Amino acid sequence: MMSFMKGRVLVVDDDTALAEMLGIVLRGEGFEPSFVADGDKALAAFRETKPDLVLLDLMLPGRDGIEVCRLIRAESGVPIVMLTAKSDTVDVVVGLESGADDYVVKPFKPKELVARIRARLRRSEEPAPEQLTIGDLVIDVAGHSVKRDGQSIALTPLEFDLLVALARKPWQVFTREVLLEQVWGYRHAADTRLVNVHVQRLRSKIEKDPEKPEIVVTVRGVGYKAGPN
Amino acid sequence: MSEDRAASTPGGTGTRAGRPVGRTAPRSRWGCLLDGGLLHGGVQGSPVLRLFLRWVRRPLLPVIRLWRRNIQLRVVVTTLLMSLGVVLLLGFVVIGQVRNGLLDAKVKASQSQATGGFAVAKQRADEAAAATGDAASSADGRPSPNVIQWMSDLVSSLSSGGQGAFDVVTLPAGDDSRGGRGPRASGGVDPMASVPEDLRARINNSMVAVQRYTRIVYKDSDKDPQPALVIGKQINDPNGDPYQLYYLFPLTQEEKSLSLVKGTLATAGLFVVVLLGAIAWLVVRQVVTPVRMAAGVAERLSAGRLQERMKVTGEDDIARLGEAFNKMAQNLQLKIQQLEDLSRMQRRFVSDVSHELRTPLTTVRMAADVIHEARENFDPVTARSAELLADQLDRFEALLSDLLEISRFDAGAAALEAEPIDLREVVHRVVSGAEPLAERKGTRIRVVGDQQPIVAEADARRVERILRNLVVNAVEHGEGKDVIVKLAAAGGAVAIAVRDYGVGLKPGEATRVFNRFWRADPARARTTGGTGLGLSIALEDARLHGGWLQAWGEPGGGSQFRLTLPRTADEPLRGSPIPLEPKDSRRNRGLEKNAGSSGGGEKRATVPMQATGERTAATRDPIASRPAAAVPAADPTALPGNGARVVPRPGADARRQEDASAVETVKSESEGSARPEGAGARDVTQQGEARRGH
Repeated sequence: MMSFMKGRVLVVDDDTALAEMLGIVLRGEGFEPSFVADGDKALAAFRETKPDLVLLDLMLPGRDGIEVCRLIRAESGVPIVMLTAKSDTVDVVVGLESGADDYVVKPFKPKELVARIRARLRRSEEPAPEQLTIGDLVIDVAGHSVKRDGQSIALTPLEFDLLVALARKPWQVFTREVLLEQVWGYRHAADTRLVNVHVQRLRSKIEKDPEKPEIVVTVRGVGYKAGPN
Repeated sequence: MSEDRAASTPGGTGTRAGRPVGRTAPRSRWGCLLDGGLLHGGVQGSPVLRLFLRWVRRPLLPVIRLWRRNIQLRVVVTTLLMSLGVVLLLGFVVIGQVRNGLLDAKVKASQSQATGGFAVAKQRADEAAAATGDAASSADGRPSPNVIQWMSDLVSSLSSGGQGAFDVVTLPAGDDSRGGRGPRASGGVDPMASVPEDLRARINNSMVAVQRYTRIVYKDSDKDPQPALVIGKQINDPNGDPYQLYYLFPLTQEEKSLSLVKGTLATAGLFVVVLLGAIAWLVVRQVVTPVRMAAGVAERLSAGRLQERMKVTGEDDIARLGEAFNKMAQNLQLKIQQLEDLSRMQRRFVSDVSHELRTPLTTVRMAADVIHEARENFDPVTARSAELLADQLDRFEALLSDLLEISRFDAGAAALEAEPIDLREVVHRVVSGAEPLAERKGTRIRVVGDQQPIVAEADARRVERILRNLVVNAVEHGEGKDVIVKLAAAGGAVAIAVRDYGVGLKPGEATRVFNRFWRADPARARTTGGTGLGLSIALEDARLHGGWLQAWGEPGGGSQFRLTLPRTADEPLRGSPIPLEPKDSRRNRGLEKNAGSSGGGEKRATVPMQATGERTAATRDPIASRPAAAVPAADPTALPGNGARVVPRPGADARRQEDASAVETVKSESEGSARPEGAGARDVTQQGEARRGH
């Protein structure tokens, strides 16, 4: 659990007071924060610092948070946690669809934020070699790769975790709450939209026809399960 | 006559007897009509007649509705009927005139022809008599054979006068049919069939010429009978014996002319009627079309499409109506726009303020937490300050998020994410979440009616928020007594009721609890420091589901909050499976006692065990003994959806109490049966199902 040696967090926020406060809290928890206040400079800062996680405010001067999120996601699978003042459906969903893994609604408690960051950084410590097959997909858990007919499919760590969680027990139907707990590390009931959006993103990458999913199937009224059979 | 009708009517309508109309067979209904209605004579107001009228009217109902609703149809049909009447009247008059004119001329000509003919016949007879006068043939009294010959000659010579214009017939007078008196006729006419009997009888009795209309029947069956005028007279033959001579004038020509006139008139009349109908249709359309357009536009306007306008052409009255209408719509739109802008600005402001406050609040929150974590190193005053700061920040945060939630409802931005959920899971989550608070208060939360799944299409997050609010409120105001969460489903509705036995609500407060920032008692300390918006948000959440959130309470007797949700989203609610006023309310128990149910009302009621002493004291409350009849009449706020019920509702309650006591006798100790309120009478089986759910 404590095996994460990497703890670099890039804070993208224009509110200097909040950024400084975040810095205090993060340093107190043993992370290495770096800061950028402008959306336009965010990508450059990201390339320069190579953080293990990005804390991203959605409302930024210059390029807005959604755009920054999309740009970072285009070149990296690094976990992104959004900071948002609006928990409205549209805002959150747009943020998640643009590639964020998780979000925290302002005002948040420091512990809550740290727990989310930890959950995202907790990359399982060298998992045992394990090969999973689901549909025509071959998942190498240790090698962190998904292949179809030898062709590798690029997934973010979160999407990979989601797929592995489903593929490990293909006979089981997972409720959104269970997935939130297993994949996101939430203890309490949280926003199940997280699951919906990320299942959509996952499907768009692994399904042949995302409109008619065959690998991640919706079980109406319950949740999701892997594979049709 | 009336017998005729009575006999024929059943036969006439008997063909329709197969139509399924009522429970009784049509046959027996007719029997009733005959035996009862008609035999008793008085059909006025007889139920059989009314039944019959209804039976007749039923298939006509759509037509009647169309007639009532469609002014164009009404005007056109009226015009058609009236013009048809006028044309028919006109047609009859004209045809009558033409016929009279035609026949008058013919009759005059025929009469003179016949008179001439009769004179000739008489003259011939006289001549013949003179020529054979001395002959002794008359002595033996037998008709001489030449009379027969004479008669035939007469007929042929008379008829040769007008080729085809008339025919001549001779018949023997009376029943005298001696010798040559056999009937004779010219032109192939059947003499016996063509001359009517009554005419012969009249001629027998008089010596003047008599005329009559008849039909000529020909011996040759290929020739059709023709209308004709027959003029006859009794004349003597050369022997002085009477015979009857008839002139038959065919009216074929006249009939042809008349039918031509009739045909022309009918065609013209038909054209006139149809044209008048078409004209009426067009004229009415000119007026009705703008009126219908105005109605349509008004409907769309009232549906919220404020940019709708009428098309205005010309300067006539209709155009003036359209202009006035459009002006009204424009003013309306302007005012509504202004109000909407204002309200949008206000909502936007609330939303913006809430959002803008969030970023600094986050910083403050984090700073306060850091300080709070380190409070052990501070002196007691600073440490306590840090605690207060953290606590109040929690409250501030809750208030802010509630404000934001309300502003979202006000802006209409709240969206329902409904999917089928088992409400029991939500209830158990909420109850286990409220356990710590309940323990602190010494309250036990009991869940009732969760043996079977209770599934509804609902937004789990919102339902959970509603229930959390209700349960926490109940625990907070429950004064340490039990809180009962009851679930039930019946018909198309599911319900969850949260009952507490605390301070309850005063009359009128049941409506006000849902008001924003309303507090039951400003002097009362609030332990959890609610925001004052919880129930308002809960009410909005319930409304978003198309459900009801209602409150009931009595002072000192506790309260019950009931959430009713439709089982499938977008289905209107008609009733709730749980009565709003619980069965163990003070008034219900009081009534049971009055009804003499062995005074066990209190025992039956689900009273928390540890509070028995207090309960008995409470039931002696003067309000409890208030007779049910003395309570105020109607509750104007008791509309579904406004979430408000005032405590006393005599009419409904009286019914409910009867109902309740009836149920009580069957199941004595049951925990409040789920009696569908309002929907109760609708479906008995579902009601039963709902009861079984306990």
